[in-house]
Amino acid sequence: MKKEFQIISELIKNNTRVLDVGCGDGVLMKHLKDNKKIDARGLEISKNNVQICISKGLSVIEGNAEKDLRQFPNLSFDYVILSQTLQAFYNPEKVIDDLLKISNKAIVTIPNFGFWKVRLHLFFKGTMPITKHLPNEWYNTPNLHMCTIKDFFNFCNIRKIKLFNSLALHKEKVSKITNSNLELKNLFSELGIFLIEK
Amino acid sequence: MNTKENIKKIIVKKPLKLDCGRTINNYPLSYETYGNLNEKRDNAILVFHALSGDQFVAGTNPITNKEGWWSYAVGPEKAIDTNKFFVICANVIGGCMGSYGPSSIDSETNKAFSTNFPVITINDMVKAQYNLLDFFNIDKLFSVTGGSMGGMLALQFVANYPDKTKTAVPIACTASHSAQNIALNELGRQAIMADQNWSKGDYLNTTFSPDKGLAVARMAAHITYLSQKGLQEKFGRKLQERDDLKFSFDADFQIESYLRHQGSAFVDRFDANSYLYITRAMDYFDLTKQYNGNLSDAFKKSKTKFFIISFTSDWLYPTSENKEIVIALNAAGADVGFIEIASDKGHDSFLLDVPDFLKSVKNFLEANY
Repeated sequence: MKKEFQIISELIKNNTRVLDVGCGDGVLMKHLKDNKKIDARGLEISKNNVQICISKGLSVIEGNAEKDLRQFPNLSFDYVILSQTLQAFYNPEKVIDDLLKISNKAIVTIPNFGFWKVRLHLFFKGTMPITKHLPNEWYNTPNLHMCTIKDFFNFCNIRKIKLFNSLALHKEKVSKITNSNLELKNLFSELGIFLIEK
Repeated sequence: MNTKENIKKIIVKKPLKLDCGRTINNYPLSYETYGNLNEKRDNAILVFHALSGDQFVAGTNPITNKEGWWSYAVGPEKAIDTNKFFVICANVIGGCMGSYGPSSIDSETNKAFSTNFPVITINDMVKAQYNLLDFFNIDKLFSVTGGSMGGMLALQFVANYPDKTKTAVPIACTASHSAQNIALNELGRQAIMADQNWSKGDYLNTTFSPDKGLAVARMAAHITYLSQKGLQEKFGRKLQERDDLKFSFDADFQIESYLRHQGSAFVDRFDANSYLYITRAMDYFDLTKQYNGNLSDAFKKSKTKFFIISFTSDWLYPTSENKEIVIALNAAGADVGFIEIASDKGHDSFLLDVPDFLKSVKNFLEANY
């Protein structure tokens, strides 16, 4: 299991109810279910991935987070997870609102557009950056709303969303993001992982 | 047609108070089983058939000598693997394959009930079939499943008996019959009743039967089971055993010939009054209303794990209606999975060789067994 999922898993308490939005092939869900006694549910847009999840015995609903999050009752989960998907929505702002309606806590991870390699790519090559976490060309990327760790940090502050835990990931190395090291983390991290609360 | 005397059946002694107010007892319920019940008695799957189905799910139907209606899905190593699971299917009450229905003989008059048979509901059908659990000494089923009306029966089963099945797989169905569903059923009923041979329902006491009316009902219904794209691809404007149009009202087009065949084949195996009663039961089905306008309440007590399946080209029970069930289940905090299978084969997809569908049923059942 990739490091990002390990970190997410550590942020979640045992015996809780979790919704994994954009759960993919269910690797994280399966881990949470098997190792942390978590009642895990998934929402996934790809039919193929839903099939894989079903074959693992996972309860996954085929659907689109931008439309289908509303069907869950308020505070019906202890955590919702949104792993590297926020940037692909038409309306990320609305999705964050919806997440924090159905759960008190949300774990959101974002590929950091402020990472130095991304900045250098654009600065020197003058073309849209392609990195490990951003592998697509501009014309076929699913990412509509890229942001940086700093952008998301600021977004939460403006929206009065509590940043319960902010972590930066670079090459398997995890570190805390604070107000004082924000600029550095924004430059040297590939991924931001945020546990947010309303 | 073979004799129906050898059909397996139980006689249900326990009185059943129907939704219409009448009470029935000592009524026959015919059934068939596939595979073996294991020692723990926890591998049973109750399959519910659709409008025109019967208890002969797989193998050769001994009455029609045709393949069972769900042969693609049920059998050794198939989606519902009879090497693992014990499959039970009963003919619904109101039906015509041995269970209590309008062609049953009324002991008071010694004649068929015909339209004196009580109007029954999906709820009545489920309550009648619940007796099979006692008969087979099964405390809890592994699953209930079915497509179309079979899916509605599965939903009603879980609503009535929230702790009597571990899983449920309602397929291509709805929690409440829509205006379009009712309209299409009414078309079929009117076709039957417009046939003079129907004789106000009393045809079993005459030498005629409303074959033409029933055939038209089946033809109309059959169109609703397909999709525009599926029809176009299979038939297009192809002509039936002729090089050119005949400027007549014979079946010039293959689609006409196909529908006529569907109609006449159906008449050989189905009773017109049963068609009226079962379509009525479907029309009356409104699980939301049964729970005072809140479908979630139907599933509130249930620990059953659900898997809802719909098909992209199904316009009879479209994905949107299946999704309403998913939403209600989520609102009740129930355990639910959902997939919409891509298929051009319309509502009938659940009966056909649609590999993605069959695979998902198999995966779900086996991952949870």
